[in-house]
Amino acid sequence: MKKLAKSPWLLHYDASSCNGCDIEVLACTTPKYDIERFGIINTGDPFQADILLITGGVNAQCESVVKQLYEQMPNPKVVVAVGICACTGGVFKDCYNIKGGIDTVIPVDVYVPGCAARPQAIIDGVVKALEILEEKRRNYHENKEEG
Amino acid sequence: MAKRSIVPFGPQHPVLPEPIHLDLVLEDEVVVDAVPSIGFVHRGLEKLVETKDFKEYVYIAERVCGICSFGHGLGYCQTLEQIMNVEVPPRARYLRTIWMEMSRVHSHLLWLGLLADAMGFESLFMESWKLREKILDMFDATTGGRVIFSVNCIGGVLKDMDETMLKNIVDTCNEMEKELKPIADAFLRDYTTGSRLRGLGVLTPEQATLMGAVGPMLRASGIAYDARKLGYAAYDELDLEPITSNDGDSYARCEVRIREISQSFDLIRQAAARIPAGPIAVPVKGFPKGEYFTRIEQPRGEAIYYVKANGTKFIDRFRLRTPTTSNIPPMLNMLKGCQLADVPLLILTIDPCISCTER
Amino acid sequence: MEAANTIEPITMARFMPQVIRFKMDGWRVVQICAARLPDGYELSYSFAKGYDMRTLRLTVATEESVPSITQVYPGAFLQENEAAELFGVKVESIQGDYHDKLYRIARPTPFKEKG
Repeated sequence: MKKLAKSPWLLHYDASSCNGCDIEVLACTTPKYDIERFGIINTGDPFQADILLITGGVNAQCESVVKQLYEQMPNPKVVVAVGICACTGGVFKDCYNIKGGIDTVIPVDVYVPGCAARPQAIIDGVVKALEILEEKRRNYHENKEEG
Repeated sequence: MAKRSIVPFGPQHPVLPEPIHLDLVLEDEVVVDAVPSIGFVHRGLEKLVETKDFKEYVYIAERVCGICSFGHGLGYCQTLEQIMNVEVPPRARYLRTIWMEMSRVHSHLLWLGLLADAMGFESLFMESWKLREKILDMFDATTGGRVIFSVNCIGGVLKDMDETMLKNIVDTCNEMEKELKPIADAFLRDYTTGSRLRGLGVLTPEQATLMGAVGPMLRASGIAYDARKLGYAAYDELDLEPITSNDGDSYARCEVRIREISQSFDLIRQAAARIPAGPIAVPVKGFPKGEYFTRIEQPRGEAIYYVKANGTKFIDRFRLRTPTTSNIPPMLNMLKGCQLADVPLLILTIDPCISCTER
Repeated sequence: MEAANTIEPITMARFMPQVIRFKMDGWRVVQICAARLPDGYELSYSFAKGYDMRTLRLTVATEESVPSITQVYPGAFLQENEAAELFGVKVESIQGDYHDKLYRIARPTPFKEKG
């Protein structure tokens, strides 16, 4: 892997998931998988986060929370949808209260499948997100200089 | 005159892995009332039973919650087995017991980690979760999944464990029991954790009964009720005494859960020693007709499963009353009178599982 | 262990006195469940003492209202609100009534119709 240009901070939010992916996201930060070796820190504060790790199929009530968290994060930012219900709705797709997938509410950059997504897959997704973040950062600065 | 103010708490909060929102009414720093608003994880899974085949629904029941996943599958299957008069083979009952107890170990260790994190004790969080990984490895080896593993089916289980695997599990349990000791000491004997937890959020036995507390929360208030004593799966053939404590505070709840981890190790050892040979599932024919209430002891407490079936492959009604649904009212009681700074810790001591509660 | 697990039909008139008797005898409320019938609802209230569980079964018409048991058991408010919001059961004077705003779901009373 290339050298990372940044130590990105993660924000995790449970948008109507079953908890399975959420505990796997937390497991990523613990000694066995240790995502912190990439300089990544799990923060609880959207204003200081670069990457949003989000799980679940989004229901009617948390839609506004998801949008608000996304708005609060500073630019440039990347969204990783963790688990199959965050990607498409998964087994919850037929439920009356599920919108089906994070991308029905906010733009998603990386999709991590699995039920529940394994820590290896989540870390892989985060590393992919870092590349996208770097590219977004470059574009962001170029745009700023131009205009 | 104290100043009254309302502080919103959640849904996104650093100590909460799951979203719950509380409106805290404060007088200066003291909480006088707490009004919960839930629904951030409500999906409507109970409704799916009307449009999914009853055998297929086992997989959805397991996805009500990723932490209590095995238990939900088990509760649903047991209810239907009761309605359809299915005799589950003894080996399957023992296997279910082993997986259920492993789930309890994983859930309690997860909770211990979150509690340490809420106290700001980061290294203890890491240690608890490091230990928990060993159980997840055993899940991975026996079922192929780490958190949701779909091994239950109506009439038995889908996967077997051979002798080597059972020995492996017992060895892991022995090893983990040794490693649990220093972690348990850090929670129960350390001066700082003790002073943070002792006397915080006291729940008397009378309040616990009136508000309907279940599980470790009820047992920490001195009431010896453990639904495993009802003898489902193989629990009727194992030696088991409910673990209680008398103080009813956060320390007692922590103590009960830590001692339950050791109890689970013991139950796994007993089950591995007594497991009989034989088939692991019986074929199930026909469609269910009738209704039944099942009680099982989840890591967080007693859970109720109700199925009302009408003789077709679609069930009329599936109802799941989860332990957290019962534990939220006593939690609100405990919150009244506590300091604002204690709120996150107090919410954690009931071991809330919101996605269970809202389904 | 053999423990009681019964379902007992009960009339509306005898329901509240029985709930109060349960409370006097130290029973705890276990669960409240609504189920749909062609022309109404079936409400099951389970109570437990020790390992024994008894379920009271009320049958009500769609427009008929039922008394709330929160006056007796304040901890029951979540489950009564749930029955009211998901099924449209008319529960009278819940202590801590959310007025169908507990889950704040997109469509009202999703369990009222089949499928």
